[in-house]
Amino acid sequence: MNITFVRTALACAAILDIAVARGAADIDALNKKLDDYEQRIESLERKDAESSRATGGAVDYSRRKTTNNLFNPAISVILDGVYANYKNEPDDYRIPGFALGGEAELASEGFSLGHSEIVFSNNIDDKFYGQFTLAIAEHDNELEVELEEAFFETLALGGGFSIRGGRFYSALGYLNQIHEHAWDFKDAPLVYRALFGNQYFDDGLRVSVILPTAVFLEIGAEALTGRKFPAGGEQDGVGSWVAYSNIGGDIGVSHSWQAGLSYWAADKIEREYGGHGHEGAVEVPQFAGDSRTVGLNAIYKWAPAGNYRERNLKLQFEYFNREDEGNLTLLNSDPLESSTLDSQQDGWYAQAIWQFARSWRTGLRYDRLDSDNKGSDTDVLDEAGLLSYGHTPERASVMAEWVPSEYSRIRLQYNRDDSYQVSDDQVYLQYTFSIGSHGAHAF
Amino acid sequence: MRMLFRPGLFVGLVTLLCTYSGTTWAALSVFACEPEWAALVEELGGDRLEIYSATTAQQDPHQIQARPSLIAKARKADLLVCTGAELEIGWLPLLLRKAGNARIQVGQAGHFLAAEYTDMLEVPDKLDRSLGDIHASGNPHVHTDPRNILRVADPLTQRLKAVDPDHADDYQQRYQAFKAKWQDAIDDWSQRAAVVEGKNIVVHHDYWSYFTHWLGLNKVATLEPVVGVSPSTRHLAQVKQLLEKQPAVMIVDTSYMNDRPVMWLSEQTGLPVVTLPATVDYHGGETLLQWFERLVVRMLEPLK
Repeated sequence: MNITFVRTALACAAILDIAVARGAADIDALNKKLDDYEQRIESLERKDAESSRATGGAVDYSRRKTTNNLFNPAISVILDGVYANYKNEPDDYRIPGFALGGEAELASEGFSLGHSEIVFSNNIDDKFYGQFTLAIAEHDNELEVELEEAFFETLALGGGFSIRGGRFYSALGYLNQIHEHAWDFKDAPLVYRALFGNQYFDDGLRVSVILPTAVFLEIGAEALTGRKFPAGGEQDGVGSWVAYSNIGGDIGVSHSWQAGLSYWAADKIEREYGGHGHEGAVEVPQFAGDSRTVGLNAIYKWAPAGNYRERNLKLQFEYFNREDEGNLTLLNSDPLESSTLDSQQDGWYAQAIWQFARSWRTGLRYDRLDSDNKGSDTDVLDEAGLLSYGHTPERASVMAEWVPSEYSRIRLQYNRDDSYQVSDDQVYLQYTFSIGSHGAHAF
Repeated sequence: MRMLFRPGLFVGLVTLLCTYSGTTWAALSVFACEPEWAALVEELGGDRLEIYSATTAQQDPHQIQARPSLIAKARKADLLVCTGAELEIGWLPLLLRKAGNARIQVGQAGHFLAAEYTDMLEVPDKLDRSLGDIHASGNPHVHTDPRNILRVADPLTQRLKAVDPDHADDYQQRYQAFKAKWQDAIDDWSQRAAVVEGKNIVVHHDYWSYFTHWLGLNKVATLEPVVGVSPSTRHLAQVKQLLEKQPAVMIVDTSYMNDRPVMWLSEQTGLPVVTLPATVDYHGGETLLQWFERLVVRMLEPLK
């Protein structure tokens, strides 16, 4: 209630009252009336002050602040290391029918540091959230610092809308949005390795909306620069697009699920294959043209009575299909060799993770790829590694983890890898530790 | 077909943005992180509210994921009522970011944390993860002291009035009725449970600190060596030794935890196990009053 208004009203009432009683000679009665009004004003003032204290008006509602490090951002550092053992020579690794790029190569044999990460995040103000992730890794004795994420996200648009801008992992796949250290296996699924060079991120803008439906229904779109693998080249404006939709919910109290569909499009790109350490005088295959990828994913989780503490099961499936149309050139070749390219590549993986005790998890994964690439000059396709020679790349993996707390994990993993024609046995012993702020429990 | 995609997407988005209007809900939608707050807000708002509890009494509230169904519910909520004190730190911040709902963000009227209105026990002097999964703000399980329920009920009522001022009188009346009923109940429980005062107990996890503090029970040992870490056999043996010097009357366990270490210790020592329901069975229609009655009755059973 507006106290000034009340005060004025009461004062007016008092004057009117006095006016009505003007004939009365009894001054005492008038004084008494005035006292009475004074008291009523005081009591109203008290009530108003109390109620504005209680509702807080427009002031903040928190009595005790629980922000991490007061106003510093939440900081976490990921320590990751692996001991790898291969039957085959890891440098011979290839996937026939798929020219590799990005970070598709195998981890070095023996002991090596994986992706050490530093993550800063916090609410920027009441309208924005920000996150910054640096990954530090060593390739061929050279320390490489990579900016993996640097994005803002809106908090207060309302209506289920969010806008994210900057550098971020694309929402085109389920695993793509999960940081490497939170994956359930040491290495990326073959389809991620073959099509995205492990993981796809770029700079741009994402708009997404959660619809006001009973089931979870999200649709979103990303406009990206198109300069990052598997796109590439000098792009003006928007070089690649992503549209995606996710749907999900619960079945009873013990089961949860999510399914997603995505579409990635990039026109007039110049995709360079080769990845790390292959630059220099060697011939580098380059694809120039239009590329489309369709993705599907499905996740199912179960925990007894929905209590994830002791036991739970997670099933995960993803499928991607990519179509490339354009030209393939071997850069640095003399004379310059090139061919047309009409390429169809697809692949899927399915995995099951079973947490059977508070600190123990185990999992199985199966990967499979398929390709059909055509061009005017088969020799060029062959040099680029785009001929499959009838081989179907596949891989089976098994892992076991000891997870003493939310911040530590020791993992043993074995792969029977048939990426190329010679079967490989791969063994990884990996540690992943997190120091600093508490991680997020994403679905 | 390829050419169609870009304009198609653009038109689709624009159409969506233009035709989109937030659905209006007849009832005020409340998202409670834990069943105790769902039950409390129901006492204060009754049928006027559409209440959703994100967890059940069988779930460890710390181990929840920001799963799709929770995002869908949080997106529609007018008021979020959670414990705070970092109990939901693994999933609530993510949920708030994903929900795209301005009303329930930190600092808004629709964001209510119960632990901000109670005094905290076990606030650590030292923050170090070697001490386990400790909470910097103190033990977050504040709802196990019935006096805390009352401490939270008052500011929660004020918050309901702020979010839904049209029905402020109704919330105030319901609060007065609840307060009277609850105060009587506290007096009754305190009187009946007076016999346990000063008794020694062993707990599995420091879940019941506020409850035992209220009843004046004396915790001599905790089975978890540090917070959130399962007891090793060596630690259990140490607890057993300790109990020979300082005899206890019972082992108190929590419904959502693995009962194996508790059963082992019970077999070794002959102590009765009292498994207390972690919170009200809100999904099963239980009220806060019935739940606390159940707690008190179970606590008194082994002492008969």
